[in-house]
Amino acid sequence: MEIPENVKKRLSIPAEEHFYAGHTACQGCGASLGLRYVLKAYGKKTIFAIPACCSTIIAGPWPYSALNANLFHTAFETTGAVIGGIEAALKAKGYKVKGEDGIMVVGWAGDGGTADIGLQALSGFLERGHDAVYIMYDNEAYMNTGIQRSGSTPYGAWTTNTPGGKKHFLEKRHKKKVIDIVIAHEIPYAATASVAYPEDFIRKLKKAQKIPGPSFIQLFAPCPTGWRSPTDKSIELARLAVQTAYFPLFEYENGKYKINMPSTKKEPKPIEEFLKYQGRFKYMTKEDIEILQQWVLHEWEKLKKLAEVFG
Amino acid sequence: MEYKPIRKVVSGNYAAAYAVKHARVEVVAAYPITPQTSIIEKIAEFLANGEIEGLEYVPVESEHSAMAACIGASATGARAFTATSAQGLALMHEMLHWAAGARLPIVMVDVNRAMAPPWSVWDDQTDSLAQRDTGWLQFYAENNQEVYDGVLMAFKIAETVNLPAMVVESAFILSHTYDVVEMIPQELVDEFLPPRKPLYTLTDFDNPVAVGALGGPNDYYEFRYKIAKAMEDAKKVIHEVGKEFGERFGRDYSQMIELYRTDDADFVFMGMGSLMGTVKQAVDVLRDEGYKVGAAKVRWFRPFPKEELYELAKSVEGIAVLDRNFSFGQEGILFNEAKGALYNTNAKPLMKNYIVGLGGRDFTVSDVRKIAENMKAIIEKGELDVEVDWYHLKR
Ligand SMILES: Cc1ncc(C[n+]2csc(CCOP(=O)(O)OP(=O)(O)O)c2C)c(N)n1
Ligand code: SF4
Repeated sequence: MEIPENVKKRLSIPAEEHFYAGHTACQGCGASLGLRYVLKAYGKKTIFAIPACCSTIIAGPWPYSALNANLFHTAFETTGAVIGGIEAALKAKGYKVKGEDGIMVVGWAGDGGTADIGLQALSGFLERGHDAVYIMYDNEAYMNTGIQRSGSTPYGAWTTNTPGGKKHFLEKRHKKKVIDIVIAHEIPYAATASVAYPEDFIRKLKKAQKIPGPSFIQLFAPCPTGWRSPTDKSIELARLAVQTAYFPLFEYENGKYKINMPSTKKEPKPIEEFLKYQGRFKYMTKEDIEILQQWVLHEWEKLKKLAEVFG
Repeated sequence: MEYKPIRKVVSGNYAAAYAVKHARVEVVAAYPITPQTSIIEKIAEFLANGEIEGLEYVPVESEHSAMAACIGASATGARAFTATSAQGLALMHEMLHWAAGARLPIVMVDVNRAMAPPWSVWDDQTDSLAQRDTGWLQFYAENNQEVYDGVLMAFKIAETVNLPAMVVESAFILSHTYDVVEMIPQELVDEFLPPRKPLYTLTDFDNPVAVGALGGPNDYYEFRYKIAKAMEDAKKVIHEVGKEFGERFGRDYSQMIELYRTDDADFVFMGMGSLMGTVKQAVDVLRDEGYKVGAAKVRWFRPFPKEELYELAKSVEGIAVLDRNFSFGQEGILFNEAKGALYNTNAKPLMKNYIVGLGGRDFTVSDVRKIAENMKAIIEKGELDVEVDWYHLKR
């Protein structure tokens, strides 16, 4: 569809679509929205590496692809290594990589493929300083294999291998802070983002494009199927995750932290706001909710201090 | 340009590194493991000295990532190389399938090393043979010269059939032993091995590709068939490239099985890799002693040289298959393959399997003589004593 120029001017994100209709995501899938925004930000001069995850399926079976960009489907734990290899080859062949007019090499992996099995390759990628962007879309579980816990699954969440029930066997550890692990590598740019804030996400993608070296973005991407939430609540949940400070938006750039909350003055909303609509949290007791709330506020205070001291 | 070889005294590993340099490899991603390490060290040294240009060296954090990075690089159109051994190769296993399935002509040197436990750094072929079903071509080098020549030919063959290739050399016996290697001047290598023409690349942004997507039951089967076909086609390509190599540089590799004094042989010793150097020497000694024996060195294990084996099997009474490897619950892997290849033919030589040299146990001319005595006896009797003989076992 042609977008009239006057409308185009008013749009705050690029009008061009490189993520085609006909992809096979569930309704309300945050990950598919995320892919769409990445393609809007980078356009078709992009090479994706996608490991085993929901996006393997979302992109479409052979011989189809919903992405108007080159795509290499790779093994679950290899995203960091594969994008490193792609970048090395581009350099050997004399292509311009990253920057406004360069080729964008994008690793697009789930939280399981990043926080768990792919952590080693991610670490190697960050440490070696490749000019590529690694995006972890965080739907907080292994969705493609049927909703099992990952290191990024939050405290109190039901998954198929942390089921609720009489013995109350839910996820008992707090969400692994992958972004902190990434920052410990002292890379030039790392950020969190949410599909509920596309302008912020695209701005961060553009920043990652300009800054040489490896960049990392952890994108909060609701999954109605795995979260047992209504399909029309994904954006609202993604927004509430930010507003409750459960998933705060921030950037880390060359040693400096910057919080990018929609409203920094407001106190975070209570965590219950985020938990509502989500069947995965229905087994939590009052005490469980309190434990999660305390963790969220504690982490939020930590982040604020970091921004204060290293802002 | 007239071919005048450059003679250098190098280890098998350095021979591999020189071949990588001469092949104008564009991406090397590797992880250290004894006894492979000096290959990648030498390549790094070439880079540091400015002796190689246009090469990106990616010092990855594991072998799994080494192969993954080579895969990324090769899919982008680059000529990619890695090297490993034993545990490293085992860790790569998943990605070996990926390389072949995505039809990427990556070349790797595997320095045959025994698998742990117990820890061992010495020669044993089980590591590479355990990868036989991954869709990689496999070339077994007898000496340092064959390591060098093998890498150059492997690139050409792999890039013709779009399958990855493994060049295999033995731990320490080749990897760390110095020998004269005739190297080829760069311009002549360039003529023999022009720049790679990839099947696809990830850099055509007007016609993007999606490689490796989900293939349903309706499509997957055909993808497998195409790999099978490429492997079969590789036999012809190996013959042609091997012949061309011989015409250009004087060492003919047109045969997938190198035959040594087999013409009038009653029985032959068959095996792969460095132990065949010992066997050839033993054949000369045994011939002088009146044995009518020969050697059949299997150069290419994948694709498997069925046809050449059949031709040989027709003319001999017995084949002693020497396996420096073992498939538990069955027998030596080469023995298993060779027997299987002959089953539906009318060639039925007496075949016996000798398991030798596992984990670097010495294998000498006198061992070959003992095997010859045993072979002679069973051929005279017309039946096997045992089918699989753990030759070196301390009993
Ligand atoms: C080596 C290996 N182990 C296991 C799997 C099975 N597997 C495929 S996708 C997946 C989960 C992916 O989870 P995540 O990365 O969180 O992405 P999501 O499916 O949630 O989008 C698993 C376990 C695999 N493909 N490879
Ligand atoms: S299961 Fe979740 S992440 Fe996967 S496609 Fe469906 S909504 Fe998206």
